Amino acid sequence: MPEVTAQMTSARELTDQRQGGVIRQNQLVSEDAWQVVRLDEDGNLPSYQQPALLPLAEWQALVAAGEGSDHLAPWLASDTELTPELGKALADAPLLGVDFPNFNDGRGYTIARLMRERFGYQGEIRAIGDVLVDQLHYMSRCGISAFALRDDQYVEDALHALSLFSVSYQTGVDQKTPLFARR
Amino acid sequence: MYRYDTYDQTLVDERVAQFKDQMDRYLAGRLGDEEFRPLRLQNGLYIQRHAPMLRIAIPYGMLSAVQLRAMAAISRRYDRSYGHFTTRQNLQLNWPKLEDVPAILAELAQVEMHAIQTSGNCIRNTTTDQFAGIAEDETVDPRPWCELIRQWSTLHPEFAYLPRKFKIAVTGASADRAAIQVHDIGIRLNRADDGSVKATILAGGGLGRTPMVGDIVREDLDWQHLLTYLDAIVRVYNQWGRRDNKYKARIKILVKALGIEEFRRRVEEEWAHLKDGPETLTDSAVTKATSYFPEPERREVSAEAIEAYETLRRENRAFARFVTNNVVGHKVPGYKAVTLSLKRRELAPGDVTADQMDAVADLAEQYGFGELRVTHEQNLVLSDVPVDELETLWKALEELGMANPTVGTLADMICCPGGDFCSLANAKSIPIAQALQDRFEDLDFLYDLGPLDLNISGCMNACGHHHVGNIGILGVDKKGQEFYQVSLGGRSDDNATLGKILGPSFNAEDMPNVIDKVLQVYVEQRLEDEVFVDTYHRIGMKPFKERVYA
Repeated sequence: MPEVTAQMTSARELTDQRQGGVIRQNQLVSEDAWQVVRLDEDGNLPSYQQPALLPLAEWQALVAAGEGSDHLAPWLASDTELTPELGKALADAPLLGVDFPNFNDGRGYTIARLMRERFGYQGEIRAIGDVLVDQLHYMSRCGISAFALRDDQYVEDALHALSLFSVSYQTGVDQKTPLFARR
Repeated sequence: MYRYDTYDQTLVDERVAQFKDQMDRYLAGRLGDEEFRPLRLQNGLYIQRHAPMLRIAIPYGMLSAVQLRAMAAISRRYDRSYGHFTTRQNLQLNWPKLEDVPAILAELAQVEMHAIQTSGNCIRNTTTDQFAGIAEDETVDPRPWCELIRQWSTLHPEFAYLPRKFKIAVTGASADRAAIQVHDIGIRLNRADDGSVKATILAGGGLGRTPMVGDIVREDLDWQHLLTYLDAIVRVYNQWGRRDNKYKARIKILVKALGIEEFRRRVEEEWAHLKDGPETLTDSAVTKATSYFPEPERREVSAEAIEAYETLRRENRAFARFVTNNVVGHKVPGYKAVTLSLKRRELAPGDVTADQMDAVADLAEQYGFGELRVTHEQNLVLSDVPVDELETLWKALEELGMANPTVGTLADMICCPGGDFCSLANAKSIPIAQALQDRFEDLDFLYDLGPLDLNISGCMNACGHHHVGNIGILGVDKKGQEFYQVSLGGRSDDNATLGKILGPSFNAEDMPNVIDKVLQVYVEQRLEDEVFVDTYHRIGMKPFKERVYA
């Protein structure tokens, strides 16, 4: 029996202490001004600076009032029902946030995939909320293109996690042909 | 059986490297308990009562002799030289060290094994008929389809954080030995008049705290659409399944809440978008998957050899008992499938020592083309034994203690690890199984009782499938004391039925007497060849209740 591979793989040195921030295209974005705005406990919208990711309803109201801009974008709660009307309306958003209120809530994966595959959204889809290093691979396969890491997440771990897999069985936003058709 | 190509091997190796890194970060304090939890669970690692537990996947129960030997070696090196076969056709190690798990996974990868998605809120190991490919009543061999489902579900990017665990079972035979009606998705494969494969898809079955029998979502789905249809069902579940209460999070609760018509409507609406998409199966994909499950090169078994076997069966009572109970028919004349009983007094149901694993691996090579299957009743099967080798195999199994001629009887009970090992359990289950085995060890009595499923779970998570036992036993906790609730009338076959509770629960010590009284009522009331569960459904609960609580 050959030697055990995992024991042969030397562990990464965990040296880089940078935490949080936005990852896009396999690197930490040096400057990103987008602020995620959430309703406060009383359900009111706090004051904010642009550019801002707003709760969907707030963004829709602004757009309806003709006040939409390239500096305002919506984020989708995990219980958002993506009707065909909504899917189409989001096409104009300069950026789309998908919220993970808790990392165990997997609805955002479906939402991102539907926005890409069904509604053809071309812009950046950014994961916000409880965004952890070990979810990034699946998120990126579902079409999420930027990750606003939770503040305690290490950047070097995130970049490593995105580089681990070279093979997948199923289709995804990153792979249009299942493995059974590529073998 | 299925063999990895470089894609499969690369994926599993990369998964090992990923988990090694995750473990390193956990041990370095960079990853919290809460965050590590789903990662370790989706690699089969539980933190248990005494030690971690590692659940190793045995896809649809198919195992090679080489793999079994590797597990024997792993259990010696990293554990206490034994393993436990589960009701999901997997193998559990009860005493590995946390920090050894990446190395164990790396060793498993060398024999094309892994522990991916054996736990956690994701799509689990797909299970099937232990007699797949050899059963006389089979119309479609489910194994290639299980393999295609395995690949589709493995590291599925969209479905790793479902509301709750998700289990799929497949059968291609007329008798359902895979319990498809009590799975999140059950698939029944059959053939249309033109020979093409069709699938009937059930959803919303399951055991656990709210047991339910699944409903048919779609009949006669063309085989090409199997994976897109599964995608549609799981996507509907991922979006709409409850996440506010883990006890109401299984798909069965969603199906019940929406009603099967509305559930079906949503699935069909979703599927309309996915149908004919890239995951649509092709002839070449199915042909390729099927090529991994060829007919073994069976030799001719002469008419004289078959006659000699029949003669031995007539003349040797002990051999006849073994054959009647532990040997089943085969689609090829002169061949049989043999069940190796893992139900014996010395060991907990489903437990196998490392030495026994090595010995069984040898037997599989000698008598079974180097392959075996794990059954959801926690036994092992050699699927291709020529009848003229049955006697020597039987003797070898006698020496191994795996020839107990009790398969399908009361003594062949299903039993979860229970409170001796599992941190979820309310009560111990293994001592109950052993007490019942002691009390009802007389073979003539067991045979007189006939086919009888007795299933024991140590808590309502129902790993021991107590709801579908003809007699079900459930461990419950009352003010810190262990009690046992008895249910009657469950079945997991084509007429899947959930058992009904007999009445107030009992002490552990009373259990043999309680079961004895239940059996007495059956023996007194049965008609001719009526089996236990049929008598129960004819006469109802009352006579049992009156006797037990008299």
